[in-house]
Amino acid sequence: MPDYLPHTEADIATMLAFLGLSDVDELFSAVPQALRLAGGLDLADGEPEPDVLAHMGALAGANRAAGLVCFAGAGAYDHEVPAVVRALSGRSEFVTAYTPYQPEVAQGVLQAVFEYQTMVARLSGLPVANASLYDGASALVEAVNLGTAASGRQTVWVSSGVHPHWRACLRTFSGGSGHRIVEVPLVDGSSAWPQVPVPSGEGEAPGVVVVAYPNYLGCLEDLAVVRRIADAHRATMVVAADPVAAGLLRSPAEWGADVVVGEGQAFGMPLSFGGPYLGLFSCTLAQVRRLPGRLVGETVDVEGRRAYVTTLRAREQDIRREKATSNVCTNQTLMAVTAAIQLGWLGTLGLAEVALRCARGTRYLRDAALGISGITPLTGDTPVVREMALRTAVPARTVIDRMAAEGFLAGVALEDLTGAGGDGSADADAAAHGLLVTVTERRTLDEINAYLAALDKAVRP
Amino acid sequence: MGRAEEPTLFELSEPGRHSWQLRTTGVPAWSADELVPDAHRRREPVPLAEVSERDLVAHFTRLSHRQFSVDLGAYPLGSCTMKYNPKVCDTVASLPGLTDVHPAAPARMSQGWLSLLVELEEALCAVTGMAAATFQPAAGAAGELTGLLLMRAYHDARDDRRRRVIIPDSAHGTNPASVRIAGYEVTTVPSDGRGCVDMAALRSVLDRDVAGIMLTNPNTLGLFEDGIEEIAAAVHGVGGLLYYDGANLNAILGVVRPGDMGFDIVHLNLHKTFATPHGGGGPGAGPVAVAEHLVDFLPGPRPVRLVHGAQERAASNGTGATAYGWAMPPRSIGRVHSWHGNALVLARALAYIRVHGGDGLRRVSERAVLNANWLRVRLSSVYDVPFDRPCMHEVVLAAFTLRRRYGVRALDVAKRLLEEGFHAPTVYFPLVVDEALMVEPTETESLQTLEALADAFERIAAEASEPAGVEAAHAAPRTTPVGRVDEARAARMLVPTFDARAHVGMQGDREQ
Repeated sequence: MPDYLPHTEADIATMLAFLGLSDVDELFSAVPQALRLAGGLDLADGEPEPDVLAHMGALAGANRAAGLVCFAGAGAYDHEVPAVVRALSGRSEFVTAYTPYQPEVAQGVLQAVFEYQTMVARLSGLPVANASLYDGASALVEAVNLGTAASGRQTVWVSSGVHPHWRACLRTFSGGSGHRIVEVPLVDGSSAWPQVPVPSGEGEAPGVVVVAYPNYLGCLEDLAVVRRIADAHRATMVVAADPVAAGLLRSPAEWGADVVVGEGQAFGMPLSFGGPYLGLFSCTLAQVRRLPGRLVGETVDVEGRRAYVTTLRAREQDIRREKATSNVCTNQTLMAVTAAIQLGWLGTLGLAEVALRCARGTRYLRDAALGISGITPLTGDTPVVREMALRTAVPARTVIDRMAAEGFLAGVALEDLTGAGGDGSADADAAAHGLLVTVTERRTLDEINAYLAALDKAVRP
Repeated sequence: MGRAEEPTLFELSEPGRHSWQLRTTGVPAWSADELVPDAHRRREPVPLAEVSERDLVAHFTRLSHRQFSVDLGAYPLGSCTMKYNPKVCDTVASLPGLTDVHPAAPARMSQGWLSLLVELEEALCAVTGMAAATFQPAAGAAGELTGLLLMRAYHDARDDRRRRVIIPDSAHGTNPASVRIAGYEVTTVPSDGRGCVDMAALRSVLDRDVAGIMLTNPNTLGLFEDGIEEIAAAVHGVGGLLYYDGANLNAILGVVRPGDMGFDIVHLNLHKTFATPHGGGGPGAGPVAVAEHLVDFLPGPRPVRLVHGAQERAASNGTGATAYGWAMPPRSIGRVHSWHGNALVLARALAYIRVHGGDGLRRVSERAVLNANWLRVRLSSVYDVPFDRPCMHEVVLAAFTLRRRYGVRALDVAKRLLEEGFHAPTVYFPLVVDEALMVEPTETESLQTLEALADAFERIAAEASEPAGVEAAHAAPRTTPVGRVDEARAARMLVPTFDARAHVGMQGDREQ
């Protein structure tokens, strides 16, 4: 009977006697007899850890993708995670604590999150960052909630350059919030924004405008245009920014963003089949009282010593209940701590170097790939930095299957993101033939050249 | 715990120091201005700290010493189920075959993950008595919102517009917050004198405008809602659905299933019940399991076991083995996560479930309830027990007598417990209890630990009858890394980043 329970038979007898009970079943006397589960759970009996590890190991071994050299991105990237980050982020003091409700014994997590907030704010250029949200998509959903509350208008213009899964989440949650999500199509990788001002009779002006930087097809969009649209409508400008590309790019705040969100997986989290990841969220001071989730602030203790505490708590669900700015309670704190450690490891020059190396690899692969017969660019000559969308002569899923046999995860088929038939970012042909490819700092020239040779074969009819 | 103040990483920073080391790649070394158009190019690097690896390790290790955790001691934080987190789950969550899989990898290349998720789904359905589950919600509150959108989709599919969701006054704050974000209005029902839903009050607010009710059972008072059959019949009677908040599932594993109580939608907090662990405030996982009539609305795509056919043969690479794929439920509410949920957390939960098995999970709940009741009886002569009858996995004590007699509040008791080497209980929740101390010992604390915890509670109460004890309670904690913090100042002079210190005149603090 494997378990982690400390009770001896004698303990149980002593405790039951103390309670005046003769049997553990009597502990559940409040549960109506008719409802009780007869015969126990329909699950196998427990098995010792080594057996469980063998089973989990076999499952892990059945994931062929784990052994492939990864050129897939689309919001989840194969970046370096050094031993020191794994060791520190795995410390049980961080892993087995909970939300810092008692700040006197939670200064470790609180200070680490304070440092994380500082780093996220420096990345976005905005003055406030929260303690994390679930992932990029949830950060975007919360940003739209903030933006509609700030502007008082429910219409949201969302560039189709925003990751298709994030847009899908926006659509799902608009079913509750009532936000009107208007998806703005891409042309050659850039958003084709509606006319400004909105002609009368063509719907409400937007309260929120959302753009991705770079967008999910890798393209750099003109954010000055987005700022002008936001100004014309007094709308909130939300930028979904890639935090690694941020190492090379003007900050969203320089472009005038009011809210910046992002996916923080690149900062110390392995690919992990999509989670746990990290929702990055920062905003202007003007919006701090609408901030979703937790916020750590610096203060002092009774002796005047520097101390950290969760603050502006009156926004939160456990205090404000149905009037809270969001329903978030448990967030992704350990991932925020991990990101702080990873960014501490990278430092000023390391982050810039990672971004630069990604851009170099992307340039090299793109130039060479476009020389292959059967490969054309999907986004014209719109500039890209760390990711690219290629059109392959055979369906992209076929390319991925063929390349897997050569040891590569070739990329992500657009169809797997947009669905068959495409969406505002890619028409049906582009969805079927679009291949999203990324090159991180971990890819060597040899790997890239071998990839190109395999690609050359894989795109032949 | 570490009492020495730790500078921020930014104060440890020295230009020119570095930790990072990256792979030698041989890729041509173009410069940034050759790669990025001028209008987009950053002029200065993002300023981060510059520290050596040795300093990085020292900094975060010292921070970890200023942090209480389950591994350090008992953490009876009510409603949070801070049980021991088995180390084997850490090993599982670092298997390269799990960590190195891209979430967009085709199903044929991620069969292990899909198999794992299907196995976990079946286990959670066995525990809850539900038909199917989604793993996308990343935490309990995300599960709540997902469940409420399922409720809405169910009614919408019947052209049945309903506007209200009922919540007991003892509910977690996430419930009303989720209800509002899901576009519903909150109707609160009071608790009766026994700490359960007031049946008459419930009936008075039930009509065909009610989309459903959200219940935690056992509720946040640690009491089993023994009128659940009547509640279910009444809510179903007006066409509403029952939502089970799984925050307190640790009390009933293998004893009673939410499905058998009449619930239609269930969220689970895997970081609580299945010990995945809590991560300082996440990541959790908040899967949502539903009854048969809601399966078609689940978020998608969902991992599924493929039936025999061409797709299965392809996925199994022609081997004929059981194969797995993705399927979109026909009337899905859509996605609620960037990918498939907090996958590594899910893997930990499956390992936990397999170690315990059906028999072990039942023992988990038995011991959790045994421990809570032992504390209830032991402490009932010293602390108020507002609802003094057998509890489930947690007991709500109160300090209103201590406050009235001696001016010692629940908060003071909590802070004194920190000095005694324990984490504090949840205080001032549920809101229906004055000076609440919500104690959840969990099943992994031994009788010796419970005795030590009870001794500490009793000592604090006994000391409160002396002026010196009252003073000590108000001054507590004095042995922790910091003393009581000035929360009002944190809100009034907001310093949310290191860079904000300059704006509120804090930069000279260290020299004072």
